[in-house]
Amino acid sequence: MKKERTPAIIIMSISSVGIFVMLFILLFLIKEGLPVLKETTLSSIVAGTDWYPTETPPALGMLPLIAGSVAVTLLSSLIALPISLFIAIFISEIASQKMKNILKPILELLGFLPSIILGFLGMVVIAPWLQSRFAILSGLNLLNASILLGFLIIPIVGSLAEEALSAVPREIRNASFALGATRWETISKVVFPAALPGILSACLLGIMRGMGETMVVLMAAGGAALIPISLFDPVRPLTSTIAAEMGETPVGSTHYHALFFAGLILLLITLGINLLSSWIESKRKVKSS
Amino acid sequence: MKKLIAGAALVAVLAVSGAALAAELVIKGSTTVLPIAQSAAEKYMTAHPEVAITVSGGGSGNGIKAIIDGTTDIADSSRFIKDTEVKAAVENGAYPVPFAVAMDALIPVVHTSNPVQDLSIEQLKKIYMGKIKNWKEVGGPNKPIAVVSRDTSSGTYETWEEKILHKERVDKRALVVASNGAMVQTVAKNENAIGYIGLGYMNDSVKPIKVEGIEGNKANALNGTYPVSRYLYMFTRGWPTGEPLNFINFVLSDDGQKIVGEAGFVPLR
Amino acid sequence: MTKRKALDQLMTILLWSATGLIVFLLLAIITYIFVNGYQVLSWSFLTESPRDNMTRGGISTPLIGTLQLVLVSMFFALPVGIATGLYLAEYSKRGRFTSLLRLAIRSLAGVPSVVFGLFGLSLFVILLRFGSSLLSAGLTLGCLALPLIVTASEQAFLAVPQDYRDASYALGASKWQTIWKVVLPSASSTIITGGILSIGRVAGETAPIIFTGAAYFTPSVATSLFDEVMALPYHIMVLATEGTNITLTRPIQYGTVLVLLAFVLGISAIGVIMRARLRQSGR
Repeated sequence: MKKERTPAIIIMSISSVGIFVMLFILLFLIKEGLPVLKETTLSSIVAGTDWYPTETPPALGMLPLIAGSVAVTLLSSLIALPISLFIAIFISEIASQKMKNILKPILELLGFLPSIILGFLGMVVIAPWLQSRFAILSGLNLLNASILLGFLIIPIVGSLAEEALSAVPREIRNASFALGATRWETISKVVFPAALPGILSACLLGIMRGMGETMVVLMAAGGAALIPISLFDPVRPLTSTIAAEMGETPVGSTHYHALFFAGLILLLITLGINLLSSWIESKRKVKSS
Repeated sequence: MKKLIAGAALVAVLAVSGAALAAELVIKGSTTVLPIAQSAAEKYMTAHPEVAITVSGGGSGNGIKAIIDGTTDIADSSRFIKDTEVKAAVENGAYPVPFAVAMDALIPVVHTSNPVQDLSIEQLKKIYMGKIKNWKEVGGPNKPIAVVSRDTSSGTYETWEEKILHKERVDKRALVVASNGAMVQTVAKNENAIGYIGLGYMNDSVKPIKVEGIEGNKANALNGTYPVSRYLYMFTRGWPTGEPLNFINFVLSDDGQKIVGEAGFVPLR
Repeated sequence: MTKRKALDQLMTILLWSATGLIVFLLLAIITYIFVNGYQVLSWSFLTESPRDNMTRGGISTPLIGTLQLVLVSMFFALPVGIATGLYLAEYSKRGRFTSLLRLAIRSLAGVPSVVFGLFGLSLFVILLRFGSSLLSAGLTLGCLALPLIVTASEQAFLAVPQDYRDASYALGASKWQTIWKVVLPSASSTIITGGILSIGRVAGETAPIIFTGAAYFTPSVATSLFDEVMALPYHIMVLATEGTNITLTRPIQYGTVLVLLAFVLGISAIGVIMRARLRQSGR
C-alpha cells in the first residue's frame, strides 16, 4: 500500500507551506523588530509621544502611532458597524428573495473595491469637500480616513452578520410572531440575540480589517504623528507609518528595526482579534449542536 | 493540466530570457531630482536603445539607502549624504561618490490669495515650529496657518530643516506630503497653507515668498545671495564605470544641463 | 399598541435607509470614477506606455505589470492552496497538524497587507536575495492570496457529493485515483471561481508590493522575474502623491483608477456570477 501513501504525504507536505508562511511572518517580524530594544526601552517606545525616527539619536515614541491606529479603527467601527448590522438585518429579515439576490452581490461587490481607490477618492473628493465645508486646515484627517474605512468594513461585517442571522431557524421567528410581537421586536429580542456569537465574531473581523488597513490611511489620514483630539486632526497610524517610511531606512538601522517592531505590534493586535473572533465562533458551534 | 504546464514553461522562459538582453541602469531617490532623472533617462534611452533605465522616487533617504544596500546604480539626492550613511555604506562595501548635477533653490510658497510677500528666516522657523500660528502675526489676514512639510525621507525636508529650522523640530501638527508635486497641490488648494518646494516645481498655482527680502530664482541661487539654495546630487556606488558613468556624463554634458534648465532647475553653468 | 407599532415602522425605515444609502454610495463611487476617467480611455491609453514624466502616454506598462504579478502570485498560491484545501477536505482527521494548519490559514487571512510587505521584504528581497523584483512581489502577493484559495478549495471539495467517491471506490479505484479523476474535476469550477475572486483581490493590492517590487517607472515591461514592475495600484498611488506633476496627471490618475476598478470589479463579477450559476445547478 505504499503507493497509496505517497500522494497523501506529498499533499500533506505542500499543505505545511501555509504553516511555514505564518510562522515565518511571526519569526521575521520578531527577528527584525526586537533589536530595536537594544537602542531604547520598551516603555519609551510604547509610551513615548515623540516620533522623530530620523534624528540622531532617533526618537521612537510610538504612542501617537498606536493612538492613531486605535482612533481610526474606533471611529470607523462606530460609523460602520451599526450600518453594517442594519444592512444585515434588512437583507436577512425584510428583503424579498428577489431583493436578496440583488443586494447580496452588491454588498459583495462593495467588498471588492480596492482600498487604493477609496484612498484616492478620499484625497481628491472628500478632503477638499471637508476643508471647504468645515473651514478646517486640511481635509486629510481622522474623519476622512474613518469614513473610507467604513466602506471597507461594511461588506465584511454585513455579509458575515447576515449569514449569522439567516442561520437562525425559521421556527423561532414564527413562534415570536405567534405571540403577537412586531417584526422589529422579533428581530431585536429574539433573532439578534440568537445570532449574537456570529454577529460579534463578524464585528471583530471588521474591526480587525480597520486596524490593518494601509492605503486608505496612507492617502487620506494626514500623516501627522500626534495623538488625535478632534475629528479633524490628522493622524498617522502604524500601518501608514510603516508603508511611508520603510523605503527610506537603510537595512539594519535602528529605524528599520523600529518599523518592524511597529509591524509586530500590529500583527499581534490583529492576530489577537482574529483568534478572539474564532473562539467566539467556536462557542457558537458548540451551542447549536 | 496542459495549460498548467504551458504556463509553467512560459514563466520559466521569462525568468531565464531576461538574462542579458539589455544593459540595465537603476536610478532611485529624491522626488526633487526625479523630473531631471526621468527626462534625462528618456532622452538617453532614445539615443541608446540598448540601455533600459528604471527610475523610482521615494525620497533622497530612499535613494541613498539603496546605494548602501546595493539595490540601485545611481541615487538621486537633494541633499548631501550624512555621516551615518557614509559609515553604513562603507560597512556594506559601498563607497558613495557624489556628483553635483544641478543647483536648486527652496522656495516657500503660499496660496495665491495670500497677501504676504516676504518672510524672514526667523519667522519661517517659528511658523514651522508652531510658535507663530496665525497669519496676522506676520502681516497677513487673521487666519490660522496650515503648515505643510515633507516626510522625513525627503532631501528637500532635510535642506529646509538645515537652512531654516536650524535643526529644530517641525511642529507635530504639520501636514506631511510625500513629494514636491503633492506640496504644490496641497498649498494651491488651501488658502491657509504654507509650504516649500524646489525651484523646478514653481508654477502659477502657488505664490512664492521672498526670504529675507531676496527672491528665489536662478540668478540668486547661482550668485549665492538666496539663503535657501542647495546642490542636487547623483550618487554612485563607488567610482562609476560603464552605464552609470555614461549616464552621469550625459547629465553633466551640455545636453544634460539643458534638460536641467528645462525642468526648471539651475544648470551648473 | 401604537408605540410598539411606531417603533417597528421607524426601525423599518432606518433599515431601508441604511441599505439604500450604501447601494447609492456604491453606485455613486462607480459613476464618479467613470465620469472623471472615461475621457482618457482609449485603445492607445491601454497600449501605450507612460511618457514625459507620466503626463502623456498610457498605462500599458503598469497594466501588464499587474497581469504579471497576478500570474506569479497564482503560480504559487494555486497549487499550494488547492493542495492544502484537498488535505483539509479529503485527508485530515482530527489531529494536531490539522488544527495547526487551520489556525495558520485563519491567521494568515487576518494579517495586515503591510505586514505581508514587511515579510516579503525580509524573506524574498533580503534573505533569499531575490531583490526588489517581480518574483519577490509576486510571491508576497501569493502568500496573501493563499488563505483565500485554501478556503475556496476546501469548500469546493466538501461540496462534492459523497456518492461520487463511493461509486469510484466501488469500481476499485484507490483514494488518490478517486481524487484525481473524480473529486478534482467535480470541484474544479468552484475552485476556478475562488481563484478568479482572489485574482481580483491580488490585482488591487498596493502595500505588499511597495517595497518588494514596484517601481515608479520602468522603460519597458519586465522581461525577467528579477526585474522591477510597474503596477496599476502603485501607479495610482505615485501619480497622486509622489508624482512630479499632480495636477496635469489628474486625468490619467482617474483613467488608471477606472481601468483598475473595471478590471477588479469585472473579474469579481465574473467570479460571483459563476458561483451563483454553480450553486443553482446544484453543485
